[in-house]
Amino acid sequence: MTIFAVVVSRLSKAILTLLAIAILNFFLIHAAPGDPAVVLAGEAGAADEQMIEQLRERFGLDQPLYVQLGKYVAGIVQLDLGYSFRQGAPVAELIADRLPATLLLTLTAFVVSLVLGIAFGVAAAARVGKPSDTVLTTMALLFYATPLYWLALMAVLVFSVWFGWLPGFGYETVGANYTGLERVLDIGSHLILPALTLGLFFTAVYMRMARASMLEVSQLDFVKTAKAKGLSDAVIRRRHILRNAILPVVTLAGLQAGQLVGGAVLTETVFAWPGIGRLMFESLAARDYNTILGVFLVSAAMVILFNIVTDIVYRIVDPRIGARS
Amino acid sequence: MKYLKVTTFLIAAALASPVAAQEAGGRLDIVVQPEPPGLMLGLVQNGPTQLVAGDIYESLLRYDSDLTPMPSLAKSWEISDDGLTYTFKLNEGVKWHDGEDFTADDVVFSADVFLRETHARLRASLAYVKSITAPDPMTVVFKLKEPFGPFINAFENGTMPIVPKHIYEGTDFANNPANATPIGTGPFKFKEWVKGSHIHLVKNEDYYVDGLPYLDEVFYRVIPDAAARAVAFETGEVDVLPGGSVENWDIPRLAEMDGVCVTEKGWEFLAPLAWMWLNNREGPTANEKFRQAVMYAMDREFMRDVVWNGFGKVATGPIASSTNFYSDDVTIYDHNPDKAKELLAEMGYDGEPVRILPLPYGETWQRWAEAVRQNLSEVGINAEIDSSDVAGWNEKTSQWDYDMAFTYLYQYGDPALGVSRNYTADRIKKGSPWNNVEGYENLALDEKWAAAATMVTPEEREAAYAEIQKEIVDDVPVAWMQELTFPTIYRCNVNDLVTTAIGINDGPRNAWIKK
Repeated sequence: MTIFAVVVSRLSKAILTLLAIAILNFFLIHAAPGDPAVVLAGEAGAADEQMIEQLRERFGLDQPLYVQLGKYVAGIVQLDLGYSFRQGAPVAELIADRLPATLLLTLTAFVVSLVLGIAFGVAAAARVGKPSDTVLTTMALLFYATPLYWLALMAVLVFSVWFGWLPGFGYETVGANYTGLERVLDIGSHLILPALTLGLFFTAVYMRMARASMLEVSQLDFVKTAKAKGLSDAVIRRRHILRNAILPVVTLAGLQAGQLVGGAVLTETVFAWPGIGRLMFESLAARDYNTILGVFLVSAAMVILFNIVTDIVYRIVDPRIGARS
Repeated sequence: MKYLKVTTFLIAAALASPVAAQEAGGRLDIVVQPEPPGLMLGLVQNGPTQLVAGDIYESLLRYDSDLTPMPSLAKSWEISDDGLTYTFKLNEGVKWHDGEDFTADDVVFSADVFLRETHARLRASLAYVKSITAPDPMTVVFKLKEPFGPFINAFENGTMPIVPKHIYEGTDFANNPANATPIGTGPFKFKEWVKGSHIHLVKNEDYYVDGLPYLDEVFYRVIPDAAARAVAFETGEVDVLPGGSVENWDIPRLAEMDGVCVTEKGWEFLAPLAWMWLNNREGPTANEKFRQAVMYAMDREFMRDVVWNGFGKVATGPIASSTNFYSDDVTIYDHNPDKAKELLAEMGYDGEPVRILPLPYGETWQRWAEAVRQNLSEVGINAEIDSSDVAGWNEKTSQWDYDMAFTYLYQYGDPALGVSRNYTADRIKKGSPWNNVEGYENLALDEKWAAAATMVTPEEREAAYAEIQKEIVDDVPVAWMQELTFPTIYRCNVNDLVTTAIGINDGPRNAWIKK
């Protein structure tokens, strides 16, 4: 099967999967206690029954569930994610507003952690059992086990409060109105702490995966054959072991890349990063149905998309996969 | 005619007019949490919206910390002797932020059309109003059907924000595109809202009070995590932490920093009073003796000192001490575990468990519920904590699915506006958590609440409310906990930030920064 045929086949299945996910999400969110009208009315401090009824009517929540579902599905078929009850704006607009910040944070963390994770993993595997391996694996375990929330607060405490080196929160300096390179540098300095906090966890994950996989592959027969041929260790590691050992890391990275758009709720919350993770969290608390469903749907679409991308990357990294199918 | 305006006007003039020592210019960064759902104050009146939009919109009056009215859009006012006619003279030369003239028609439209449709709380007061008219462009007359003492408190910014008629008349208010760029008459204009980050307001150069505002711009900063908000203040990113921005245990640490001031003022109008609804319908809490036992079992002073870090005041009954007509001539429930045990023995309490539903507003409330459970278990009450998120709390309380549930409500300066709504039988309605959720029925007392609201003189009302408080405190329909104060933390070089009964909600109007 050519790559093009794979993409077409997967995309057609993806549309049905997305529809099923949308419907499932719809029921899940309606099964949670409370509804947006009561939450919104509550925020007014002194609502009455009339106000709640008005809000339900305005949001269409007074209609039977199947009617609401029908309208929702009809909307998404036309690529309309609906209107946010709480924020009074189209959901697509809200998501689009938050998307750049989220992608910047998660992609940076993703790329950094992938590169560092594989590099450290390969390095540790090459020195298995030696002190440097122990140091690297211990560090990985530490970053894997430390709660992100705590790590984030400590990073702020040390680098912002004590040393004052880096801004502790936000996306850029508010009110500074920087442009051009100044703005890039400003956003960059705000990005360091959240991206590093988020990235450390994933670095640990990739490193452990790369190390284990490298060790496993290095025991296989073809490696012995390569050694028997008289190839140098460096060449064997790069051309033979790494190329085979990287597949599980690609799988894992593909899965995680799909979740990038969902944002990183904790990191975005601690660092006041105006991304989608926070939008989702706040919408969930307010039972802002359309916004939550919109974020879920976009996240699901990304997971599916990245699965397709992963499949294609597989074929490039390991041509045997394409040949077999 | 009775004139309320003379002394208050002088005080207000002293507060409002520029003095040489005050310095113009500068920028103020204030935390807003959570991010407001919208900034159109006529549509949304929650705390964060009022904090920001309170600088954009105005009402006819403001109130000092004794709840005495002061001029705002109205420069003077008169109440007829029979308490039925309220006449307001408006300030001249007031312009909307888009340059249109503000007139009495805007007031009539706001109160009679816009807010009648959108503002649940004001609607309750407007039920007493027969007509709202504008005999000339600078005069507004409210005529009431019967006297309603608290009506003078209805002209606060969050209660009756004046909205522009030329923008909203004949439109679908909730979906008007202008809601995204609010136009008011206030001291600051809306400039930009970067969702998830900040809201930027700039000085209204055409503000009708000469010299005001002093500040050039105000940034409201959205920082979702309480610990991060404390850090933002520590690192100098923000200048003001409005009440409730940080957890209570962070307050002493921040207050000790150099150049940091703390004030508990600015909550007199809202006067948040916290209590636990006790389900009067079923379970042990349906028994009056059990409810009294709960009151005696609790060491509320300890809770105030430890859980709230000493901020606030133990409540004596349904009316907060800063609200008009408060009386402390009531049964005082001190911490008396022996008395609680006696009452439980008298009622024959069999150890049936009761669920405590904390208010899901952060750690302090969770700890408060734990302290209550501890106190109750000491007298033999079997209590368990039933946690939930905000939507779940709303669902459980509005469907009466609880035994004891924490809540707090604002009092808006008068028992008829913010207190009686929780206790009268006509307010027992399933589906809403802002009424008589506990299910307390005392029809004789209901008549007294109704009569007290419509008495003409303050003296009559004072006597009536004293009687009500005495009686209801013995019934213990709910467990009154504490008058909450949410301290405002700010840099001491910010002056005149909290000068009225709604504090920082209209603070930037007069605030100035000493350089």
